Amino acid sequence: MRRLILISVPYLWLLALFLIPFLIVLKISLSDVAMAIPPYVPTLDFAEGWAGIKAFFAELDFENFTFLTTDDLYWKAYLSSLQIAALSTFLTLLVGYPIAYGMAMAPDHWRPTLMMLVILPFWTSFLIRVYSWMGILSNEGVLNQFLTWIGLIDQPLTILNTNVAVYIGIIYTYLPFMILPIYATLEKLDGSLLEAAEDLGCSRLSAFWLVTIPLSKQGIIAGCFLVFIPAIGEFVIPSLLGGSGTLMIGKVLWEEFFNNRDWPVASAVAVVLLLILIIPIILFQRNEQKQREKEG
Amino acid sequence: MRRMTWFNATSLTLGFAFLYLPMVILVIYSFNESKLVTVWAGFSTKWYGELLGNEAFLDAAWVTVQVAVASSTIATVLGTMAAYVLVRAGRFYGRTLFSGMIYAPLVMPEVITGLSLLLLFIGIGLDRGILTIILAHTTFSMCYVSVVVSSRLVSFDRSLEEAALDLGCTPFESFRLVTLPIIAPAVISGWLLAFTLSLDDLVIASFTAGPSATTLPIKIFSAVRLGVSPEINALSTIMIAIVTVGVITASIISKRATLMQQRDEQAAARTA
Repeated sequence: MRRLILISVPYLWLLALFLIPFLIVLKISLSDVAMAIPPYVPTLDFAEGWAGIKAFFAELDFENFTFLTTDDLYWKAYLSSLQIAALSTFLTLLVGYPIAYGMAMAPDHWRPTLMMLVILPFWTSFLIRVYSWMGILSNEGVLNQFLTWIGLIDQPLTILNTNVAVYIGIIYTYLPFMILPIYATLEKLDGSLLEAAEDLGCSRLSAFWLVTIPLSKQGIIAGCFLVFIPAIGEFVIPSLLGGSGTLMIGKVLWEEFFNNRDWPVASAVAVVLLLILIIPIILFQRNEQKQREKEG
Repeated sequence: MRRMTWFNATSLTLGFAFLYLPMVILVIYSFNESKLVTVWAGFSTKWYGELLGNEAFLDAAWVTVQVAVASSTIATVLGTMAAYVLVRAGRFYGRTLFSGMIYAPLVMPEVITGLSLLLLFIGIGLDRGILTIILAHTTFSMCYVSVVVSSRLVSFDRSLEEAALDLGCTPFESFRLVTLPIIAPAVISGWLLAFTLSLDDLVIASFTAGPSATTLPIKIFSAVRLGVSPEINALSTIMIAIVTVGVITASIISKRATLMQQRDEQAAARTA
């Protein structure tokens, strides 16, 4: 009896507030209302809401999904989200790997402090961390002032409200997710392997390429997924740092919902986004499982 | 095999400069006299004064704290239960679905979680306000709590629980007297994580908040959309200060607790 309560309380909570809402999204995305009766305004009351949703259940079709393919905006937004996420994941790796490497090579008594310094930004508000770049990257911002002062440029660079600012924002906010798994693999790295490689005539650099990088592969893969997966659906970074030309699907969904009040299309956008995410999520889990089997 | 070469030292210095400079600049400009955030016009604390006089921000901060305390507390209870179920309950009907529902919200884009919960609340006719934000935050943060707690549950010696049962404890007593004290550090860090996630969340709160309840991130977001503002810098500085003090205190406490535990174990080993 106790066991039943223990299982059923969290179970029912998740069913009611995770699974059922998601099924509603799925149903609405398959409902034929996008064109005919546009706005399901938020003032919809209880009775109408149910009736509306029941009506959705009755007539399912893929009109909203075909609508997504007819309008350039959506597939361009999906592609550009993937592209922005992929490139910024790669850049985060380039920035994060040397930091993780430096941490793993640091003296033992430094490490707890270094670890805390990497984790601390994670506890600080995401919104504030993104916001902090607005004052740096704007035309009269700190970066442009600095570059003008050292005489590198005489015209301010336009960085804020471009994709470059979005890349910087993603690298900055997701950097700890890249550093930590790589550090975890590098920390366990057996130093005698590197010594052996050097004894056998490897230069330091080639020992790094031939020994260190392959042995930290698991951490690199994990870090890349941890950055890539959330970056695809990112909303805050493109809307604060990106410009009108920055197309990302999280932002499109938000605007479809809040500005156009087109719920069926917003739901269809959400379903397709989730379908896109399934592949990297499965690959990520497989990587994690492989690692666990290796360790266990 | 520790080599602190110039390369490692440089990459650490540059890396941490990159992580911390933006926040340092933000803090510095919160003490700027000028309304123009980019022109330094002398030291002043006037933006802090204006912030304290800003009713809308204070109201939003109060709502945010209420939501964070309520949702992280419920999430800790539910998440600990879920972790216990995942690690200890063995096989039961629908277990795969259950563990799927625990892990899925961790990778679900916030826009989708927010949208789906909003559609549910409208479907059942629940007015959007503090309650709906609490329900939404509890749902995603309980999954984080259960991941944190279950990793601790997996690693601890189950025979301790069995010993308690053999000595006449009821299952609940054995949980309260044996299991809970052992997993307490994980439960506390789960609560802290849930609390921070709730304080921080913009996207899900935007979907589930109504006109009657606005959280601080929603307020900040709508303010900074229009550009940089010194008042927001002041607010950010306060939040950064609270987090820094909190994290450092927590790490000192946990370090001390580990030391005490080690000492106790050594003493126990000596007497035995």
